[in-house]
Amino acid sequence: MNPPSALLLENISHRYNGADSPLVLDGVSLRVGPGKVTALVGPNGSGKTTLIRVASGLLEASHGVAFVASGPLPLSRMSPETRAGWVAVVPQAAYLPPDFTVEETVRLGRMAARGWLAAESEADRKASEIALQAVGLATLRGRPLGRLSGGEQQRTLIGRALAQGAPILLLDEPTAHLDLRHQLEVLSLVRSLAASGGYAVLLALHDLNLVARFADEVFLLVSGRIVASGPPAAVLREDILTAAYGVQVKVLEHPVHRTPLVVPDGADPADVAGDLAGRR
Amino acid sequence: MGLLLISLWLSTAVGAVTLPLREILAGLLPVPLRGGVELSSTTYAILYQIRLPRTVLVALVGAALAGSGAAYQGLFRNPLADPYLLGVASGGGLGAVIAMTWQTQGASDYARDVPLPSLVLIPLAAFAGALLTVVLVYRLGSVRGTALRLMDSHTSRIILAGVAIGAFATAMTTFVMLRLQGDMYRPVAWMLGGFTIGGWGPVLASLPFIVVGLGALAALGRVLNVMQFGEDQAQHMGLNVTRARAAVIVGASLVTAAAVAFSGIIGFVGLAVPHAVRLMWTHDYRKLVPLSILLGAGGLLLADVLARTLVAPQEIPLGVVTAALGAPFFLYQLRRSGLG
Repeated sequence: MNPPSALLLENISHRYNGADSPLVLDGVSLRVGPGKVTALVGPNGSGKTTLIRVASGLLEASHGVAFVASGPLPLSRMSPETRAGWVAVVPQAAYLPPDFTVEETVRLGRMAARGWLAAESEADRKASEIALQAVGLATLRGRPLGRLSGGEQQRTLIGRALAQGAPILLLDEPTAHLDLRHQLEVLSLVRSLAASGGYAVLLALHDLNLVARFADEVFLLVSGRIVASGPPAAVLREDILTAAYGVQVKVLEHPVHRTPLVVPDGADPADVAGDLAGRR
Repeated sequence: MGLLLISLWLSTAVGAVTLPLREILAGLLPVPLRGGVELSSTTYAILYQIRLPRTVLVALVGAALAGSGAAYQGLFRNPLADPYLLGVASGGGLGAVIAMTWQTQGASDYARDVPLPSLVLIPLAAFAGALLTVVLVYRLGSVRGTALRLMDSHTSRIILAGVAIGAFATAMTTFVMLRLQGDMYRPVAWMLGGFTIGGWGPVLASLPFIVVGLGALAALGRVLNVMQFGEDQAQHMGLNVTRARAAVIVGASLVTAAAVAFSGIIGFVGLAVPHAVRLMWTHDYRKLVPLSILLGAGGLLLADVLARTLVAPQEIPLGVVTAALGAPFFLYQLRRSGLG
């Protein structure tokens, strides 16, 4: 198992096709520290998923480099087996074969560490068991994925990521399609993993109020550029968000947590867009 | 396991002359251990020159088709994938037929006139044909672009591409056979899945390929498990997907080719057997592949017993029997999967 470490993205630019296609990411640099939850926010199509793919090493950016601070190579240059030991990913809207059980799925996280043909070792079993306990699914270990709730499915995938033993966790929209309780449950889990396990967590998230409550640091991505970054209170401001999302928002104070509380002010987005254009 | 033993016994015992189990078992043992059971030289000849080679070959072919079917289904994440529907069997058949016609110029009895080294060429040519087919099908059947990747192998595109290429290969096979002129019964019976070449030659020529290929596929169970989550997740889990895919394709195509080379096109075994295993036992490829291999061997032996006895003393080509049993099953699957 690799030691806690930071994830670094340096000056990442990416376009999907030829040189004349638009930049999806444009000079993005960010650092995800160990023990911290870092949130990536921004409108649809701003490049969040592409950035997560670059951070996972599956996509090599046209320019710039993604690497783990104590890792031997840039992520996109590592072999898949080595990379899986540094970065674990919980993908968005992941396909799950319905017959596989929770435990079988978590154990597959050990695949890279074991190689194709070697038998499962005692260390593998232990790592899987710890991961299963950490996500609170020990009692559901024998249940097929097709019969889990959305929250349980998400926790299973987090468990599989933990079993990999990687110090970096990437989560793309982990709360999509989850109800209120399960959203809180999954993000509390992620938060406590970062705090107690020293994981460096990068998550793409749409719900700004969840970001306010669970993130240590926020990067706001608009059209492939980072337009604001810092602690939630510094990024989740009325002027910044209104410009980024093209919707008039109010930022209040959460009555319980004293964190920023973002609410749209009810204006028709079309009017706001006109307003914004007029102001420029 | 029990089914395999029973079907092994039936397959060796049943035929024009019925051999009692006592004599079969005795015949398999060295003389001092036979416990006083005397075997006539006729019995001995029937056992060693007719029944056993056929039984072993049918078992190997059944194991090969079911094992490769399970592997293809895992690879394409499509329960309808099997060597037959993917066109791999037909592609292999074309390779085999080309190798056969090239060698048999003038040979009247294939088994006696063709020495073992040339016999080995047949599965090799079939392998080339099978590999070419599966690569083509894969190319034509997968959808480009990231947005559609999640669904790639779940669509029926793969199967449609397989059927199209398979039909082409079958047509070419027929063409090559027509050019052969002369006795048509043998090649046609071969193509329908008849074991037209007797003796141990075919067994020896296909055994190494099937054993090596099935061994590899059985060892790839965990890799196939990871692949069930789709390409992206498999990569996240640290699987070298390109290499894994190549390994499964080579292994599955190798055993399919070796089976097709001497048994012709036997459909539906690779489809029905893994499905039955999934229904009865497990979805876990570490067990699904070996169980499919065993059940495939046993199942095809039983089908072969039917093929030899239903209209005895004539024989129905085995492919006809499996198609008669398998086609309704395939249609049932098609309805269930919502493609029909």
